Amino acid sequence: MKGGPLLQMSTLGRRAVIRTARQPANVIFPLIFPMLLLAVNAGGLKAATSLPGFPTNSFLAFALAVPFVQGALLATINANVEFARDVQTGFLNRLALTPVRGIVLLLGQLGGLLTIALVQAGFYLAVGLAFGVRLASGVAGALVLIVLETVIVLGFAGLGSWAALRTGSTEAVQGLFPVFFVFLFLSSMNMPRNLIEADWFRWVATVNPVSYLIEAVRSLVIEGWNWEAIGLGFAAGGALAVVGFALAAHALIRRLERT
Amino acid sequence: MSDTIAVARAVSWRVLHKFFTDPTFLLPSIAFPLFFFTAFVGGLSGISKVPGFDFPAGYTAFQFVFVLLQSAAFAGVFTGFGIARDFESGFMRRLMLSAPNRSGILLGYTFSALVRWLTVAVIITVVAVLARMEVHGSGVDLVGLYTLALLLNVAGTLWATGVAMRLRTQQAAPVMQMPVFLILFFAPVYVPLDLLKGWIHGVASVNPVTALMEAGRGLISGQPELTLAAFAIALGLILGFSIWALRGLRSAEAAG
Amino acid sequence: MEPPRDNSIEAHELVREFKKGPRAVDGIDLRVEPGEIYGFLGPNGAGKSTTVHMLTTLLPPTAGTARVAGYDVVKEGPKVRKVIGAALQEAALDPYLTGREHLRLQMAMHGITGEERQRRSDELLMRVGLTEAADRKVKGYSGGMKRRLDLALALVHRPRILFLDEPTTGLDIQSRTALWVEVGRLAKEEGVTVFLTTQYLEEADVLADRVGIIDHGRIVAEGTPEQLKAEIACSTVEAVPADPDEHGAVAAVLERFGEPTTGFRPGSIAVQLASSNGDLAEIVRTLDAEGVRISHLQIHDPTLDDVFLAKTGRHLEGAGEQEGDQEADEVRESARA
Repeated sequence: MKGGPLLQMSTLGRRAVIRTARQPANVIFPLIFPMLLLAVNAGGLKAATSLPGFPTNSFLAFALAVPFVQGALLATINANVEFARDVQTGFLNRLALTPVRGIVLLLGQLGGLLTIALVQAGFYLAVGLAFGVRLASGVAGALVLIVLETVIVLGFAGLGSWAALRTGSTEAVQGLFPVFFVFLFLSSMNMPRNLIEADWFRWVATVNPVSYLIEAVRSLVIEGWNWEAIGLGFAAGGALAVVGFALAAHALIRRLERT
Repeated sequence: MSDTIAVARAVSWRVLHKFFTDPTFLLPSIAFPLFFFTAFVGGLSGISKVPGFDFPAGYTAFQFVFVLLQSAAFAGVFTGFGIARDFESGFMRRLMLSAPNRSGILLGYTFSALVRWLTVAVIITVVAVLARMEVHGSGVDLVGLYTLALLLNVAGTLWATGVAMRLRTQQAAPVMQMPVFLILFFAPVYVPLDLLKGWIHGVASVNPVTALMEAGRGLISGQPELTLAAFAIALGLILGFSIWALRGLRSAEAAG
Repeated sequence: MEPPRDNSIEAHELVREFKKGPRAVDGIDLRVEPGEIYGFLGPNGAGKSTTVHMLTTLLPPTAGTARVAGYDVVKEGPKVRKVIGAALQEAALDPYLTGREHLRLQMAMHGITGEERQRRSDELLMRVGLTEAADRKVKGYSGGMKRRLDLALALVHRPRILFLDEPTTGLDIQSRTALWVEVGRLAKEEGVTVFLTTQYLEEADVLADRVGIIDHGRIVAEGTPEQLKAEIACSTVEAVPADPDEHGAVAAVLERFGEPTTGFRPGSIAVQLASSNGDLAEIVRTLDAEGVRISHLQIHDPTLDDVFLAKTGRHLEGAGEQEGDQEADEVRESARA
């Protein structure tokens, strides 16, 4: 067969991107909402930079890491709501009746999501730069940031795909948004972990993998090359991706159930 | 008048029945404010150490006021979502056809939003008390605080109702939600107004919700300030959004 | 890709059980000859869609065997999928893609690229009458247009066997007829084997070379439409009394000649005759002798519904409305479990 898995993957990815682009709310909201939250937090929490031990004078630089994680979450939710809709409407059955392999289906879906998420990440970086944030790690750091963002997206994408395939329900996938939101807020999103006063909150933020994702991006922005933070971020994202994809692959086998 | 009350009663019964019997409505309404309360108090309490942060009742009470006002406003927005849903399902047409006085429909939704919020407010208050929130205000001060929140709830409901009546689709949800979100967050959420710097200080200074928030915090800390102004603003918002909602109702009637 | 061994479909004691319900398919034996249009007729919930899902490899059978194009549906699933096309009960289209983009996607899945893709797209769009609408989003398509696109998508890779699961449900008469013409052409001119499920008598009657009637998961009758009707060989007489007050009197006369039946115009009395047409003259004489006046008298040839009634004791239409929902739910639940 001409083309093969690569053609199938790229066509499926292309479909995912087109489908998002043709729904303005799915384009605008993930771009604007994280920036609004950033603006609000950067303005409202600027005073926090005068706390002893706060790592930077610019809360904007401190908080710029958050949209990268938040954007990855929003892109994942949107993409997997559509994936669940494919299950609901029988579109997945249509694809299942073709020679396409299950793993190719999953990777095609992922490719589309990754494209969207990286475009968003580019936007956040551009906005940050436009408002005076300078990456302490330089151009090389920006490249590492893109790779890290890829890993972060993969981490959430696996879990999102698992939910879509397991439930086949758009409502169930949308219901993940508050769950992810909770993980985002119960992290070192707004305050460095060592400056969190409440012991219980500091403990939750420490065991929350999202904290390490944020801290890895943040370190590239405000510190430069903090290899521990970067390594932990890659590890957390990688672990989420491995778990997520294992679950998604299992759910896909059961969902397709084809012989 | 009795027609209006009868319609209002029927509409609010239906909304509240759904709210109290369907966990998918009840739980998020309770969970979100509690979550914000926990996340802000737990994660940001260190900010009360910033020089100039002078709030005698402590950071828990400081954030409690924000969460109380936020839950009030959003209870109204969620009611607006329900109205939009009713339009899409065709149920609103049934209501419009059968209601002798359609203003009763507005009254019913407003009343149900109030009850929704009161339920949430009780739960948040209990949680805050269990979290050892300090309350320095008197009983009268506290009544004033909850009344302010109640007025904000009514204003939020009327705003969302006006949007829902005009757009008549669930796609209107962001239109209802975003402005309320922004107006709440472009206020002194994390620190008092005088600790805000830059553009956000300017925005917060002209934001009507700032007065409500500062007044609320004054009431809970036993140092009332801007209370009259806050009430005047709240009543002004209600007046303005009442006209907005009524005109929205007329627009929905005209659309058939 | 090796050519299919043949274009036939075979099933032997095919069974599908769902976790919580009764057997949706309860031992089906059938053979569809190459190039034949086989109509699988039954009410909602009879097991039609479940059978199609098994034959198209979307659902493994609980027991029994089936071969499509000579390949075992369980052991050689990927080979089966290469040679079949299917338009299932839900049109399953992406509202944000255009018709042409759907074809592009489908062709990519089958490895069709470049000039061939362009040529085949244009050909299929023309064949199903969607050339002008090809670059519009499917969101704006009518039900008939969606069904036609669905058919085109099932044909992109020139399958030798085509499965159509209730392809005309919900369509207007024009759209339905257009689809029949195309399906008939595929079978007659291109030799495509068509397995068509339907709940419409007329569709099975007009389109199918042979019909299998399914009820509660079992085939209750099989043959050409003419053979099946000849087996019953009983016409139905329908009479409308001139005076509605004489309804009982007319009914009493007619019931001497056959069993009462329903499904005709309001106010009429209908009986399925016990033997051949010769009774009509006798009926008229008897009505006249009884002094009963009739405003309308008609004889109806046997229909597939009469065949269904003879085999199951129920009429086909309305026979399985609730069961249909249950079957659809079970297929979905099984996929979700």
